[in-house]
Amino acid sequence: MTDTNMARAQLAQGEEAIIEFNDVNKWYGDFHVLKNINFSIKKGERIVVCGPSGSGKSTMTRCINRLEEHQKGTILVDGVEMNNNLKNIEAIRKDVGMVFQHFNLFPHLTILENLTLAPIWVRKTPKKEAEEMAMHYLERVKIANQALKYPGQLSGGQQQRVAIARGLCMQPRIMLFDEPTSALDPEMIKEVLDVMVQLAEEGMTMVCVTHEMGFAKTVADRVVFMDAGEIVEANEPHEFFDNPQHDRTQMFLSQILNH
Amino acid sequence: MAIIFKPSPSLPPPSTSVGAVAWVRQNLFSSPLNIFLTFFSLYIVYLLLPPVIEWALIDATWEGSSKAACTAGGACWAFIGVYFDQFMYGLYPEAETWRINLAVILLVVMVGAFAIKTINKLYLSIAIIVVYPIVAYFLFAGGVFGLEEVETSLWGGLFLTVLLGVIGIVASFPLGIVLALGRRSEMPIAKSVCVVFIETIRAVPLITILFMASVMIPLFLPEGLNFNKLLRVLIGITLFSAAYMAEVVRGGLQAIPKGQYEAADAMGLTYWQSMILVILPQALKLVIPGIVNSFIALFKDTTLVYIVGMFDFLGRIQAANHDSNWLGTTVEGYAFAALIYWIICFGMSRYSMSLERKLETGHKRN
Repeated sequence: MTDTNMARAQLAQGEEAIIEFNDVNKWYGDFHVLKNINFSIKKGERIVVCGPSGSGKSTMTRCINRLEEHQKGTILVDGVEMNNNLKNIEAIRKDVGMVFQHFNLFPHLTILENLTLAPIWVRKTPKKEAEEMAMHYLERVKIANQALKYPGQLSGGQQQRVAIARGLCMQPRIMLFDEPTSALDPEMIKEVLDVMVQLAEEGMTMVCVTHEMGFAKTVADRVVFMDAGEIVEANEPHEFFDNPQHDRTQMFLSQILNH
Repeated sequence: MAIIFKPSPSLPPPSTSVGAVAWVRQNLFSSPLNIFLTFFSLYIVYLLLPPVIEWALIDATWEGSSKAACTAGGACWAFIGVYFDQFMYGLYPEAETWRINLAVILLVVMVGAFAIKTINKLYLSIAIIVVYPIVAYFLFAGGVFGLEEVETSLWGGLFLTVLLGVIGIVASFPLGIVLALGRRSEMPIAKSVCVVFIETIRAVPLITILFMASVMIPLFLPEGLNFNKLLRVLIGITLFSAAYMAEVVRGGLQAIPKGQYEAADAMGLTYWQSMILVILPQALKLVIPGIVNSFIALFKDTTLVYIVGMFDFLGRIQAANHDSNWLGTTVEGYAFAALIYWIICFGMSRYSMSLERKLETGHKRN
């Protein structure tokens, strides 16, 4: 975020809110998928979003970089309102990295090309510089030796770590994770979570949709529980897990923690 | 203390599953039906092959100046020999045919230069796509640098066939891609224009379009404004082929998972960047068989220009069949045409298969 943007954001909020949902509503056809979402995320905060499937948690996260459009209310990211202004959307997407459930690496490009594509074409970084940066992030996710392979030759866990590195190559201010471990074998979940924990410790603003409650307990600043398109409860992890306020939250926790 | 798990060593496959004998057993004699089919096919080959060889090679006449010279009872290849230049170049002046040969050699050399590692591929592509057509045009048409002018009505034979095919392919491919993207666009006007264009063109036979191009368009054009018939026909073929190409490419676009579009969007790529860098390379690779299918169909469809009075390769052969010196050589003419078309189309097909293998990245192991 540039200084002026930061100042604008602080001025508007009186605090360092980097993402702000105000009365956000969204429909898929007749289906009301997000209902009056009011929520703000501070700079450097780690948010874990959980809830049953169909509760709108992915949709809410995807509204932050406008992969989904909302129909009512406002979403401010970095002080910029997400509306139909394509310039704004493209500017915000530069600063918001995203990791998907199914990795979504580009299969026709090598790992290195996957990482350098956006820096070269969106940030206009010189190729050599982009490659050096890509190798740096690949080393951080411990996969530098695979740089010249294609995604199809890597395991799921490796692919997801590449996807995280790809997001980081744009040097984003916010990272969104949409169920990053749900498509992985149990043995590979840990290697991906380790990278995410490391990222969290470095102070990255993170919004993470996940069912990994261990990750939520150790890393999250706040845990958000959603059901039927609404935020039911949002609280610090120990309060959230030890002393849930809503009976819906209690039921959800008892179901996923005691199976 | 824990027991250390050690995977058992991998063993070579049993000898019954590798080698030539195993291949024959598995593929030709694996079941009673398979055994029957193998022998039945051999029998058919035995029935057909000897007479064909006898007719085409053993009893054939290779030289002579009229059908009367062909007395051996086999094929009369002398007919092809006498008319060969016309089949290749149409009515292009004999003294000038070196220009066509030169253009062909030039193209082969330029395309072959891709194999040289040190050459700049970008410059070479630009040379082939931009510079070469201009050079080739002036070589063919003449009228400059002291080259004798050759009217396009004299262009014919295999030269015309290849010209129509290559230009049709090269021009319809990008146009088809743009139409496919337009049809999937969210902009209503762009989308409806593309849908109407594609559905209209696809609903009309190529012959109709060629008639429109050669007969109807001049009627509607104002007096004095007229452009070349070959150009009109070329535009007709290109538009026709582009509509089919668009639907093939659209199939590829639809096969790309939504996640690829989303990942490209989430990085901040613009629409055209994400199409050119991410979506199209994958989509086009998927539909290479369909694209080549369209190319081959287009190449063979060029024979229809015969109907609007242009004598392409097949047209020249049919015209020569009417020569009173060579009456009764229809079979030889068509056999020759079939052979040449088969070589070209089979070549395209093999090239597409090798391209598919080259672009495969999913299962390759280093």
